[in-house]
Amino acid sequence: MKDSVNHNSPFIPIESLLEPPRKRVTDLQELREKLASGNGPQFWRTLEEAAESEELHEYIEQEFPGLSGQIPQGVDRRSLLKVMGASLALAGAAACTKQPKELIVPYVRQPENIIPGMPLFYATAMPLHGYARGLLVESHLNRPTKVEGNPDHPASLGSTGIFEQGSILNLYDPDRSQTVLREGRISTYSEFTGLFSTAAQGITERKGEGLAILTGVTTSPTLISQMQALSTSNPAVKWYVHEPSVNPAMASAARKIAGKNAFVSYDLSKADVIVSLDADFLTNGPASVVYSKQFSARRAVEGGNKRNRYYAIECTQTVGGSIADHRFPVKSSQIAVVAYQLAKALGVNAPDAPGAAAPSWLNAVVQDLQGAKGRSVVIPGEFQPESVHLAAHAINAALGNIGQTVILYEGVEPEGTHSTEELVSDLNNGHVETLIILGPNPVYSAASTLNFKDAIRKARLVVRLGQMFDETSLFSHWHIPEAHYLETWSDSRAFDGTITIQQPLIEPLYGGKSAHEILSILIGKPDQTSHDAVKSYWQTQYKAADFQTFWQRSLHDGWVNVPKSGILNPSGSIALPVLPAADANAVEIVFRPDPTIGDGTWSNNGWLQELPKPQTKMTWDNVVLVSPKDAQAQHIAGADLVEVTVDGRTIKGPAWIAPGLPEGSFTITFGYGRSGSGRVGNEIGYNAYSIQNAAMPYVTTGTAKGTGVHYRIANTQETQTMAGRAPVRAADIAEFSEHPNFPTNEEEFKPLTQEENEYKPWPYTGYKWGMTIDLNVCTGCSACIIACQSENNIAVVGKDQVARGRHMHWIRVDRYYHGNLDNPEVYNQPIPCMHCEQAPCEVVCPVAATVHSNEGINEMVYNRCVGTRYCSNNCPYKVRRFNFYLFSDWNTQSLYGMRNPDVTVRSRGVMEKCSYCIQRIQENKIKTEKEGRTIRDGEVLTACQQVCPTNAITFGNLNDKKSKVAQLQALQRNYNLLDDLNTRPRTTYLGYVRNPNEALKG
Amino acid sequence: MANTENYIPTVEVVDPGPDRILGPGHDYETVTKRIAGVAYQPFKNSPKKWLVGAFISFVFVNIFMVAVSYLFLRGVGIWGINIPVAWGFAIINFVWWIGIGHAGTLISAILFLLKQDWRQSISRFSEAMTLFAVACAGMFPILHLGRPWLAYWLIPYPNSMWLWPQPRSPLEWDVFAVSTYATTSVVFWYVGLIPDLAAMRDAAPHLWQKRAYAILALGWRNSAIHWHRYQKAYLLLAGLATPLVLSVHTIVSFDFAIAQLPGWHTTIFPPYFVAGAVYSGFAMVLTLMIPLRRWYNMKDLVTLRHIDAASKLMLGVGLIVAYGYGMEAFFSWYSGDKYESFMYWNRITGPYGWSYAMLISCNIVIPQALWFERVRHNIVAVWLISIVINIGMWLERFVIVVTSLHRDFLPSSWGKYVGTQWDWATYAGTIGFFMLLIFLFVRTLPSISIFELREVVHHDKQLEPLVEETI
Repeated sequence: MKDSVNHNSPFIPIESLLEPPRKRVTDLQELREKLASGNGPQFWRTLEEAAESEELHEYIEQEFPGLSGQIPQGVDRRSLLKVMGASLALAGAAACTKQPKELIVPYVRQPENIIPGMPLFYATAMPLHGYARGLLVESHLNRPTKVEGNPDHPASLGSTGIFEQGSILNLYDPDRSQTVLREGRISTYSEFTGLFSTAAQGITERKGEGLAILTGVTTSPTLISQMQALSTSNPAVKWYVHEPSVNPAMASAARKIAGKNAFVSYDLSKADVIVSLDADFLTNGPASVVYSKQFSARRAVEGGNKRNRYYAIECTQTVGGSIADHRFPVKSSQIAVVAYQLAKALGVNAPDAPGAAAPSWLNAVVQDLQGAKGRSVVIPGEFQPESVHLAAHAINAALGNIGQTVILYEGVEPEGTHSTEELVSDLNNGHVETLIILGPNPVYSAASTLNFKDAIRKARLVVRLGQMFDETSLFSHWHIPEAHYLETWSDSRAFDGTITIQQPLIEPLYGGKSAHEILSILIGKPDQTSHDAVKSYWQTQYKAADFQTFWQRSLHDGWVNVPKSGILNPSGSIALPVLPAADANAVEIVFRPDPTIGDGTWSNNGWLQELPKPQTKMTWDNVVLVSPKDAQAQHIAGADLVEVTVDGRTIKGPAWIAPGLPEGSFTITFGYGRSGSGRVGNEIGYNAYSIQNAAMPYVTTGTAKGTGVHYRIANTQETQTMAGRAPVRAADIAEFSEHPNFPTNEEEFKPLTQEENEYKPWPYTGYKWGMTIDLNVCTGCSACIIACQSENNIAVVGKDQVARGRHMHWIRVDRYYHGNLDNPEVYNQPIPCMHCEQAPCEVVCPVAATVHSNEGINEMVYNRCVGTRYCSNNCPYKVRRFNFYLFSDWNTQSLYGMRNPDVTVRSRGVMEKCSYCIQRIQENKIKTEKEGRTIRDGEVLTACQQVCPTNAITFGNLNDKKSKVAQLQALQRNYNLLDDLNTRPRTTYLGYVRNPNEALKG
Repeated sequence: MANTENYIPTVEVVDPGPDRILGPGHDYETVTKRIAGVAYQPFKNSPKKWLVGAFISFVFVNIFMVAVSYLFLRGVGIWGINIPVAWGFAIINFVWWIGIGHAGTLISAILFLLKQDWRQSISRFSEAMTLFAVACAGMFPILHLGRPWLAYWLIPYPNSMWLWPQPRSPLEWDVFAVSTYATTSVVFWYVGLIPDLAAMRDAAPHLWQKRAYAILALGWRNSAIHWHRYQKAYLLLAGLATPLVLSVHTIVSFDFAIAQLPGWHTTIFPPYFVAGAVYSGFAMVLTLMIPLRRWYNMKDLVTLRHIDAASKLMLGVGLIVAYGYGMEAFFSWYSGDKYESFMYWNRITGPYGWSYAMLISCNIVIPQALWFERVRHNIVAVWLISIVINIGMWLERFVIVVTSLHRDFLPSSWGKYVGTQWDWATYAGTIGFFMLLIFLFVRTLPSISIFELREVVHHDKQLEPLVEETI
């Protein structure tokens, strides 16, 4: 395995120094010439290493096509699997899962700052649908292992969503495309640049006639400037944008409101009353993390805060809608009608909405909004048409919210881009000769009515830059592996215009290139690297002499100290368009990005596939959401296949009866049914794009009928109700003010007294760790699950194993429905290990593999575990997870780099569970002991706590009475889960407090 | 070869009915010949039924080997267990086999101490059955481990890790309970065999048989001192084994009762488990003994008297078990505990309601037929009922393990459990293993105690004049 040495590692297996090299370089003359010409590496240890240089590699490829793969430059997957398979079989012969012997040698010269075992954090940003999410990425010996939010970044404030957490797995995905492919055959990048530079010259001579560039939404100043440079030399070049999960109506509405490119953002910290019109603002969009922070801060019921009230008028249940104080199910196509009715009621000059009379609850909402002028906000749905966005803005204007809770930033997206539809028509009309696709995957994700597959064949040259060899690559002449955002330089902007220079944390694993590099070729700078492109752009932007300081500072902070976007204050009223008449009773099909897979970009990500989708708890499949009434009327049972037909095109997906979905509405999600995703994401689920109509992309009329065929689904929560028990305790705010101790007020829930407990409490003299989860602010977004998975090397088990009840998440989010089936209350409850003071698991383990630490943590000793699983049986919270098979992937080498070296990768047959991120506690204990002090409150953050966008999770030292967690546990709202079992959990919960409108009661 | 003819029964085989434990016309020699003759038979003269039975058992042993190999290769994931139902067939089968393993020691030790003379012709066989059942049972806790190669960590031994097992865990108590029971059962069984082995040695038709039995007989010379010491040792062992009959299943029940799971956390478990074990043990003895006495023409050695007594005992113990079920149900209501009452309601009406209904009919309803003498004296009926009880007792463990685990405290983590083909293969495999051992035992060792039956002959002889006098 010597050829798989990670050259970033300080430890080089000694075999590689002792053994003769496997492949000898024979053509020394060539090599000598290469080296003499200056193209070769400047320093090399052996000739073989020199031969590993890309130049020689390419030379050999040209001489002997197909041979270069045998040069020991990394190992390809097949041979890796072969060797691993063989060695595993041999290892199995000797003993089960025995680790291979490794000899190590230390550095001769220690690189600066790199101390094995001490991680470094680098600031960067992840562009999600073009907008930056500021990150701090943990790096162990130059391997990025964990993503955290950057507290200094305005779009992160220290937290992230699920995709940022999952992105680290995409980096190490073994299915990533690893070579340049020319019409499906392995080629080289220099061959590409050679040919493509020539082509680019020809294009430039024709002033860019026939050149089309297709990207996703981007805000990168460097990329935009490169495009500007390109259109200067090639005035006829056209720039198209394909971003299936971003509704172009949002940008166009903003443009209408502001008169120019703009971004409508909200300041929920000032909002007393929030009304969403089918908006999923807590998880969708560039500012969702910020909104979550602001929103949750205003849900506090202690400390004199005026708790906000949130009305969700929505169709498909969103993460936000699940914790709304009032949720009104309205069909997606009827949202505009409700918006207009609301607008009218608030005195906006809106045309009459067709159809139904205003719903009964509207008046109460109107009055509440009127009582909170300047302190309220109406948020239009991301996937609603322009009319809803304009109406919402008109309402906000009428309420005086503009400038208060609604802030319009100058837009950061480039002007003058074209849509996918335009690209298709240009292709079909023969206007596109050269199509350069930088990222998106339109062959998969373009609406089926566009027939992108046919259109793309009409281009004479298609160049695809993509991380995966996917559906679009299959239709391209050239496929260039794209660098992951952690592998390349770039820059991007947050919703408010804050710019982050994205710095790479690792060399491209497979020689990936960035969009900047491809554009550089077109501009005539084929040798320009991403770094040079970004830096040279910033040199033009910051002309002062201390550029280097500026550069260093920007990289260090994760944001560039230049002015943010300006705030717009458009005046003048907006004429709301007349709504087209529509049949309110027609069956509608709602299209949404999948909650965990998005538009399909994440479909090869096992973590995100296995992450239970917040509302359905489904994994590994997309479902057709069916309302309870429709299910009853059509006799559709859960997990029955449902046929959804739009304009004669049909998909089949398993039904999920979704309480709270309005009758006559069926929701399907994108991201599945792929063929070019990889071994994880291929051939699962249905492809919603295949029935999508480009003219009505997010809601359309159609039919849905059950087939009666049962489909095997993998769901992590079978029982949806609390079954008469009270794991989640909730009260209205009036009850709360009467009984601040409502979770423990009733006789049944009175906490046990010390007298009732036979044993004296253990005196903890040092630390006494504890956690509190505030159910009042938890939205169930599930970021904690992914963060925990990434931090603790939690294995992915696959659909079959999830269906068998063997998923491995250390923290899960339970979701309970309560009340009316057609519009139930929803409660989310994250459940990590409770670290019970009197842990039932500890007494039953025969080998003392789970023990209590002197800091109160219930510790799991993997080495000692023999796997009786008795602990899990005796755990009333069922938080323990068992390795029924060898679930951890010990074979895929690319995943080795991803793992947190501070956490054991568990083997087969052992139990595992939440450890309160003991590795983080330990790291801080060592650090603070060296400094001669104790750990300060907030110094140790568990992974779930750190990522939580609503700050629902608090962890700390209970012995420190000033610590936040101790103060929260002293609140009357605090309660223990299953307190009557006298397990004395250290993870406690804060009761949920609703803030309903009195006028809507009863 | 020729010698074996001597062992063809010379006495007419007659079942003497429900009052006598030995058929008429037997003397010391006929008893010996009859019992030893089965073991002396050359292999090729084995009855067809024996060959077929042994072959089928052997096939199942092979299925077992395949299932276990695959288990070791892949892990316990091949079974149906999951979270929340982390224990499945392995534990159900373990408890089931251990239960079956109760009859032998009970018959040999407790009935010996209670001077129940009818035990003599079935004690040896039941003891062997006990051993084989315990062997099957003993495999399961090891197979069930996630890392079976580390099973020895449950044994307290001085080690460089300075680690001892965790004494508060009932699984640790199991290690001692089961291993003690197994050891004592082996010793008890073997000690009881010694005089018979000597008799086999003395009467063996072939030299190699003589030698083999001689080694096993440990130099028994039938001297009075031998007999004196033997009887003392046997009495002591019986005294030692008696509390073990109670303790093993009590401790096995602690695996459940100590846990706080609704449906497990019950004080009734120890007596109820012991009763259940005796119940299933007797059922298994009857299940095996009835065909055996038919195939080997031993109706005069294992008589209706035995079957009748065992049936009555079964009926009585079955009522204790029924009382256990009743108390479980009563306390789930009387405790007022919402988890307990839900558990019982779910047990009856939940997704595994069928198993509870079957359990009640198998273990309580159907065996009530044994109240009737006509049923007890109908060998086929008794045999069928014994099989029904075996199934019922397996279901009892299934109900306890699965229905309690699958829905415990938090509704969010409720799940379901279905045994996979590998679960069934392992279970069926151990039955095959058990049967093969029984078949081999019957063919190589005296399956009925020779010397004890001779005592019966002696006893009868002394009684006869008395009986005649009374008449």
